[in-house]
Amino acid sequence: MSELVPEPRQKPVVPMKPVGINANLLGYIGIDTIIEQMRKKTMKTGFDFNIMVVGQSGLGKSTLVNTLFKSQVSRKSSGWNREEKIPKTVEIKAIGHVIEEGGVKMKLTVIDTPGFGDQINNENCWEPIEKYINEQYEKFLKEEVNIARKKRIPDTRVHCCLYFISPTGHSLRPLDLEFMKHLSKVVNIIPVIAKADTMTLEEKTEFKQRVRKELEVNGIEFYPQKEFDEDLEDKTENDKIRQESMPFAVVGSDKEYQVNGKRVLGRKTPWGIIEVENLTHCEFALLRDFVIRTHLQDLKEVTHNIHYETYRAKRLNDNGGLPPMTVETEENHESNL
Amino acid sequence: CMHEVKMIRLFLPKDRDEENCKNDGYRTLPLSGHVGFGSLPDQLVKKSIKQGFCFNILCIGETGSGKSTLINSLFNTTFDDPVSSHFLPSVKLRAQTYELQEANVLLKLTIVNTVGFGDQINKENSYQPIVDYIDAQFEAYLQEELKIKRSLFSYHDTRIHVCLYFISPTGHSLKTLDLLAMKSLDSKVNIIPIIGKADSISKTELQKFKNKIMSELVSNGVQIYQFPTDDETISKINTIMNGHLPFAVVGSTEEVRIGNKMVRARQYPWGIVQVENENHCDFVKLREMLICTNMEDLREQTHARHYELYRRCRLEEMGFRDIGPENKPVSLQEAYEAKRHEFYLELQRKEEEMRQQFVQRVKEKEAILKEAEQKVHAKFEERMLALQEVKLKLEKKKKVLEDEIAMFVEKKANAEVLQSQPSVSTPLLSLKKDKDRKKYVLMLVIRGSKKKFLHISLL
Repeated sequence: MSELVPEPRQKPVVPMKPVGINANLLGYIGIDTIIEQMRKKTMKTGFDFNIMVVGQSGLGKSTLVNTLFKSQVSRKSSGWNREEKIPKTVEIKAIGHVIEEGGVKMKLTVIDTPGFGDQINNENCWEPIEKYINEQYEKFLKEEVNIARKKRIPDTRVHCCLYFISPTGHSLRPLDLEFMKHLSKVVNIIPVIAKADTMTLEEKTEFKQRVRKELEVNGIEFYPQKEFDEDLEDKTENDKIRQESMPFAVVGSDKEYQVNGKRVLGRKTPWGIIEVENLTHCEFALLRDFVIRTHLQDLKEVTHNIHYETYRAKRLNDNGGLPPMTVETEENHESNL
Repeated sequence: CMHEVKMIRLFLPKDRDEENCKNDGYRTLPLSGHVGFGSLPDQLVKKSIKQGFCFNILCIGETGSGKSTLINSLFNTTFDDPVSSHFLPSVKLRAQTYELQEANVLLKLTIVNTVGFGDQINKENSYQPIVDYIDAQFEAYLQEELKIKRSLFSYHDTRIHVCLYFISPTGHSLKTLDLLAMKSLDSKVNIIPIIGKADSISKTELQKFKNKIMSELVSNGVQIYQFPTDDETISKINTIMNGHLPFAVVGSTEEVRIGNKMVRARQYPWGIVQVENENHCDFVKLREMLICTNMEDLREQTHARHYELYRRCRLEEMGFRDIGPENKPVSLQEAYEAKRHEFYLELQRKEEEMRQQFVQRVKEKEAILKEAEQKVHAKFEERMLALQEVKLKLEKKKKVLEDEIAMFVEKKANAEVLQSQPSVSTPLLSLKKDKDRKKYVLMLVIRGSKKKFLHISLL
């Protein structure tokens, strides 16, 4: 056969044993090239990713995001002085950038929430956040429900919410619990212990255990949620993460220092340099791999297939359902169609 | 000179705007290290592999044009497909789903065959069942999409991704049925025209035939599927292939030994037609285009173009608009509310109408009943009057009778009185008839005294 398709595709010498009904494959057909085709197409269209960071001021949110994406994604409010007003209510600031790596273009939006938990009275301070998240779902729903739809609906839905827990070493604060209880139902929450360099290793493990226990007792399902594990492979992988690694205790930094002849991101203190990407120092690398390298697509899919669908179903139900269609109804038709 | 141009480009501020325009106005951010999201396509691919892929092929062609054989050759298997007769009364579609696996890719392949296409004497309704079938698959998807509780990610997609239209190898031109069928399908499905059993046409005739077909398609405005040319890696090959349409194919379920290999081929006394030999037919080209290069694009075009068109038409049919009466954009919710309100008003109006009708009927019935009642009354009165009259008459008669009786009684009394008169004792006293009595009394008077004159007058 001629080289019509210029890809280094390897044809198996012996045809694979077929699994299927009435199908005996003899010889190579090329069905597996669909993977390449799909990959190429997705690379051309690019990806959207929206990450929200929530936590009190000074927990290192902006620094962490900058470290995660190795660029100045958020502008830190470095050294805020008393004259700068603390916002009266929680503000939602979304900043978008396009980053490219390995031919993959990603439109990254970081949603910051200054003012969260900073007032004297913090009651219902999660409401603006919940409202923002629902607004994004609403925007998407409106686009989806249009008659003449866009080819690619812009996705502004929040795919991942990093919640920063203060490293007190004791337990979760009431505000933390309230926030996560309310929001774990609408968005994927990944709890993160901020500024983890203030705890020793033992304190860290104990704190993590306590936090995990408290989350479990309060029925807070953080990402990866147990109920969405698709198969055994996922379950074992996610169980390990859920029960051992999470919540990730992280340290962020955008300054580089020379350690052992290498330039590493770190924090310099009189007693040593904390290397951000060193697994013995903190779990930043775990967080990064988890969110970006392995579960990025899954975060988007859970948001789309589960959180968005829940929102949509609730919304349509409240409206009395979509307009009635013609007579054909199947037995498993659940709506008012 | 070229070098200079390049340098100038670097400094033009316009560049950044262009770049930003490409990115919807977002700033590009340079990365200072390896982040790792370059694995995103791999993550996506991994998930897709887990889910598996769906591909649905529709084969349209006259009975005996080589559809089943070609599909068997394309996928290197033997799908069990019973041979059909030429005597079916109407066109039917037969769909069968197979699961094929190659490497770690699981493909749910659905082959839909038209049975009886072009066999009837009157072919007017030949392609309508096909159009209906395609629409039905779109409809099923649309229904799922509009459900409140839906599960699109686990939905088995049955929409037709590609239609292989088999043209008979007459060598002349397209048949009218072909043109009509393709025209009615080109906006609903990706059509790839194919000349089946192409080994009956010689090389020179083939090129003329292909040209004729393409020019006829163009002049009749039939939009067949064009292999996409926007991706640089495949645009060259796709453009070449676009020029080879329609593909002239030969299929075979038999293998013949050529040299030291067994190949798919058709053995004739004058030679062997090898299916996978590009000099003999376009089978390899078709396989490359259909499966190896453009399968994903076919699926995407079906979803993004044909399905969206269907959905738009369908929703508009149901009365939904994106723009309201004052040219303001109207959401589906508003449209729904408007429709519901309209429906409710209609319902109310109907209810009112029915109520009025009911009232009307009741009135009419009442009137009728009243009339009847009056009639009955009148009759009653009449009867009463009649009764009265009869009664009066009877009374009169009774009176008359009573009078007569009284008279008779008096007469009788008088007669008795006369009888008891002493002066008269003659043998003529014996009572005979009245007449005689009267005669007797007269005689008495004549004989008797003058006093008896009173009696005579009385009698």
